[in-house]
Amino acid sequence: MTAALRLPVALVVVAYQSAFLALSQIWANKLRSLLTTLGIIIGVASVTTVIAALSGLKQSVLSEFETFGTNKIFILPYWGEGRGRGPRRDFRDDKVRFKPETFDGMLEHCPSVARFTRLCDYNASISKGRMAEQMVEITGIEPSWHQIESREVIMGRPFSLIDNEQARPVCIINDKVQDKLALGRDPVGDWIMIGQRRFTVVGVIKARAESSMFGGNMSDSEVFIPFSTARVSPRMGMICIAATKSPALTDEAKAELTFFMRRQRGLKVDEENTFRVESVEQFVQQFNSVATAITMVAGGIVGISLLVGGVGIMNIMLVSVSERTREIGLRKAVGARPSAILLQFLIEALMLCLLGGLMGLLCGQGLTTAMASIKEAKLDKAYIPGWAVALSFGFSAAVGLIFGMFPAIKAARLDPIEALRHE
Amino acid sequence: MPVIRLTEITKLYRVGVEQIRALDGVNLEVGQNEYVAVMGTSGSGKSTLMNILGCLDRPSSGTYELDGRVTTRMGGGPLARVRNERIGFVFQSFELMPRLTALKNVELPLIYSPAGWWGRGKRAREVLGTVGLGDRMHHKPNQLSGGQRQRVAIARALINRPAILLADEPTGNLDSRTSEEILALFDALYRSGQTIIMVTHEPDVARHARRIVRMKDGKVLSDLPTEQDAVRFAAPVAAESVPEVAGVGG
Repeated sequence: MTAALRLPVALVVVAYQSAFLALSQIWANKLRSLLTTLGIIIGVASVTTVIAALSGLKQSVLSEFETFGTNKIFILPYWGEGRGRGPRRDFRDDKVRFKPETFDGMLEHCPSVARFTRLCDYNASISKGRMAEQMVEITGIEPSWHQIESREVIMGRPFSLIDNEQARPVCIINDKVQDKLALGRDPVGDWIMIGQRRFTVVGVIKARAESSMFGGNMSDSEVFIPFSTARVSPRMGMICIAATKSPALTDEAKAELTFFMRRQRGLKVDEENTFRVESVEQFVQQFNSVATAITMVAGGIVGISLLVGGVGIMNIMLVSVSERTREIGLRKAVGARPSAILLQFLIEALMLCLLGGLMGLLCGQGLTTAMASIKEAKLDKAYIPGWAVALSFGFSAAVGLIFGMFPAIKAARLDPIEALRHE
Repeated sequence: MPVIRLTEITKLYRVGVEQIRALDGVNLEVGQNEYVAVMGTSGSGKSTLMNILGCLDRPSSGTYELDGRVTTRMGGGPLARVRNERIGFVFQSFELMPRLTALKNVELPLIYSPAGWWGRGKRAREVLGTVGLGDRMHHKPNQLSGGQRQRVAIARALINRPAILLADEPTGNLDSRTSEEILALFDALYRSGQTIIMVTHEPDVARHARRIVRMKDGKVLSDLPTEQDAVRFAAPVAAESVPEVAGVGG
């Protein structure tokens, strides 16, 4: 065998041997090994569980945003940082509130915007005969709302331009309202009372999907009426939802809308915006940065527990080195190089940590499964992503190598004569 | 050419401010297929000599040639290789790994020898057969008697066909009958051409060697063939033939 090949082959052989030796050593001291790796197990289990929970949360939030529509841009009134009712508000009310004509000409000036709808809403009680419901969200919408929100009309028809232009007393209800007011199988053509006014039901749409983030605290009942019908008072709150031609145009559309709105409002260069232009995209980014922050904090906590675990590993490896001093002496006597001894103990620490990592991962998977089965937690999409598995093993290995190094060096440096004399 | 040539070997230990000369100018040559016993009281330097011969320790001065190669200037790695390939150790307390079978214990030196790695099982069986343990290969040390354990240790020492077999009180932990067995094994190995160096303080054991080196205060006191050694050192006792003294000697 050539000299160049000798060392690498020797290292591979010793590594292979050491792996087996380490496993038998760990198996021979099962309880001790388990207790030693507890720190690693807990660390890995907690990090994988937190990551799984976050991944699940992210998944469900993102899919919720997805149904929300990623090409939507909200234009909202903005009273300044000191908003609220008191004298602290920054901008005068009549400068902030939207007027119906505020958005005139938007499509001509904003080429990235496909369509928009003005929206106003208020709460009112609804009733039909003896059935009634208080504080139902009544939303005034324009016909383009149907294209922007893409909510399925299951019976009847969507609003037409004429409904809006003539401010007809018509409404679209969702299937929850249909049930609550006991409107029967086909309520289209029937009428309901909204406040003191009578509205004809022209269509029924599907209630929005069960939502944990948005509208979770809202009532499930929704009633839609034409925008012009709803807008009975100029003091009524109004917002606008615009849809871009494609999600990729979001940033352009936002810039266009901001420019357009400033012009409509007649704001001078040094004046602040009296409105906000926000995209769903933006919320997604915000959520992502929050999720990242949580991951960082969890990572820090796990880092500490891995540190503690690592000290445990170092401790037990030092015990192991001192217990096996004679063995080390013998190995050196029969020709083991210091590097071979180093490798043996390093691999033992590594194996210990990797096994701990594996057990931690299994515990984490167990916790994740348990977490996913709790309905109220809404974490049914929780899962451990592949990169978290890799990360767990990576960190375990790193802990093993870092904290196993000192005991291994100690073993490698033992004087064979002293070691063989050791009692 | 001698297998071992020690030239003016000195070993100094520093204990506090005091300097101890464990070996003081030792010259020794051991040829091919010799059977040498090193004798001496504790503190005579025989253990230090053994450690230096086994390349476990380095002399403070002097040169040590093993198989024509000067080991005194070697680094840790090459020295480990010399121990692995040229020297077989047999210890008083066997030093077997309790969790490994006899076979795996014998294989141990080959783990650190890439050249021997591939054929290690076959070679280990062969050597275990040589020491008469062909039927005990898969027993663990605690399932073997003391004599058998020492045979396993001897097999382990022989596995790399060493230039010298170094035995440090090989019968120290054995009863007299088993000791005889082990010494008979050494005799057989010697007859088959093995060079053996044995450290002992028991004259009965040393008697099996063909040459006896006596150490005192770190120096070689005498270096004689066994017959002459017996004449020189045992003669007064034999001449007086005092039973009590003989009893103490035994």
